Amino acid sequence: MGLNFSLLIVAALILAVFLGVEALGLSFLFGVIIPYLAIATFIIGFILKVVKWAKAPVPFRITTTSGQQKSLPWIKDNKIDNPATTSWTMVRMALEVLFFRSLFKNTKAELVDGKKLTYQWEKWLWLAGLVFHWSFLIVVVRHFRLFLEPVPAFVTLIGKIDGFFMVDLQNVYITGVLLLAAVTFLFIRRVLIPQVRYISLAADYFPLFVIMGIATTGILMKYFYRVDVVSIKELTVGLFSFNPVIPEGVSVLFYIHLFLVCTLISYIPFSKLMHMGGIFLSPTRNMPNNSRAERHINPWNYPVKVHTYAEYEDEFRDKMRAAGLPLDRESSEAEAAATKE
Amino acid sequence: MMFNSRNIIIGLIIFVGIFTFPFVLSAGKANEAPKLSLDTPVINELGTEECLLDTEYMRSNHMQLLADWKVEVVRNGNRVFVNDEGREFNMSLQNTCLECHSNKEEFCDACHTYAEVDPNCWDCHVAPEVVK
Repeated sequence: MGLNFSLLIVAALILAVFLGVEALGLSFLFGVIIPYLAIATFIIGFILKVVKWAKAPVPFRITTTSGQQKSLPWIKDNKIDNPATTSWTMVRMALEVLFFRSLFKNTKAELVDGKKLTYQWEKWLWLAGLVFHWSFLIVVVRHFRLFLEPVPAFVTLIGKIDGFFMVDLQNVYITGVLLLAAVTFLFIRRVLIPQVRYISLAADYFPLFVIMGIATTGILMKYFYRVDVVSIKELTVGLFSFNPVIPEGVSVLFYIHLFLVCTLISYIPFSKLMHMGGIFLSPTRNMPNNSRAERHINPWNYPVKVHTYAEYEDEFRDKMRAAGLPLDRESSEAEAAATKE
Repeated sequence: MMFNSRNIIIGLIIFVGIFTFPFVLSAGKANEAPKLSLDTPVINELGTEECLLDTEYMRSNHMQLLADWKVEVVRNGNRVFVNDEGREFNMSLQNTCLECHSNKEEFCDACHTYAEVDPNCWDCHVAPEVVK
């Protein structure tokens, strides 16, 4: 259901931009207005989402981590998995953000002979996820050769390394191929594993299809249906320098590519893709577990009006004495002080 | 009210910095795509300025044409290219393309530098001498 729905939406988006540019000549809309709106939506939406999250208090350290907490000096603590200081927490966060350490601990649970529960080695999800995210990052950085004039040296360097392999007189960018392969693997995994398919929604398939669309149109433009790169760079440089122009001879394939990118980035703040910012706010990862060393007070605690037992006894002493109940004090503190004098 | 507002704000500033830096870097810069120069002795002698295929096709597909020529010449030993109008050309970068476009710096390099592509034509082929 979610799968077909997402596929239909992506197909409709592609058709819309194709008809819009080819039949209606809306290249200014798809080449300038929508990209600006998408970037604004992305940046403003992202900030608002993070601010909204930051309004939720997260006072308590998560103590059930997978490592030994720092306690007595002769018990060896696990500094990365259960950090007690901010700097070790940053190490844990860095490993999480850069190498998906939690996902690396992923295992596969299976019933053998219908009754024995076994946990098996399962690194493919982690590997594909890592390849996907890193390839995507490198692909984005590489695109700055078409965004900036002059091109910064590090972009050129990354492009050179990425295009190390040459097929039929031209450099093939490894990350482009890996990106498409990894996203395809992640999609197939989602469809083929029944449990994963059961919990998959349109919100899971849609970004996968959009990213597949982006990668496919990119690869088509680069290797198969060649486009006029100089006109395209004129368009993108125009966008980034706020002198938007629509040059002649920009292929519709480019508009499809651009529109899918706009769809993806404007979709980020409203979707699961916010894990881009959300990972930094993971309560299980970003707080040092120092709850034995420091007292953390719930920030929404308000002053509670208490009635202590001593006050209670003061209030009901006569009645309690009359009923023969045991008393902590025979008379209130004030009376005791008065009698002494 | 935000919690940990110091860290949140630092994080958001980094986020905005990363995602707006192409705008900041290009701010106020003129956007000029390279203009290709056709001012060479051979082209000037031609009555009409026309390539062996139409300009728009050549702008996007010249690299594919050259790659196809390489296969035709090197593997199939065929050196004759027939264009849409039926005219025959010698499939040769140096003797056909560069015959007219003898101004590599103002022709080839102008776009290749702009689009940051580094074709390996000149690893084997001899670049035309710059006519001063």
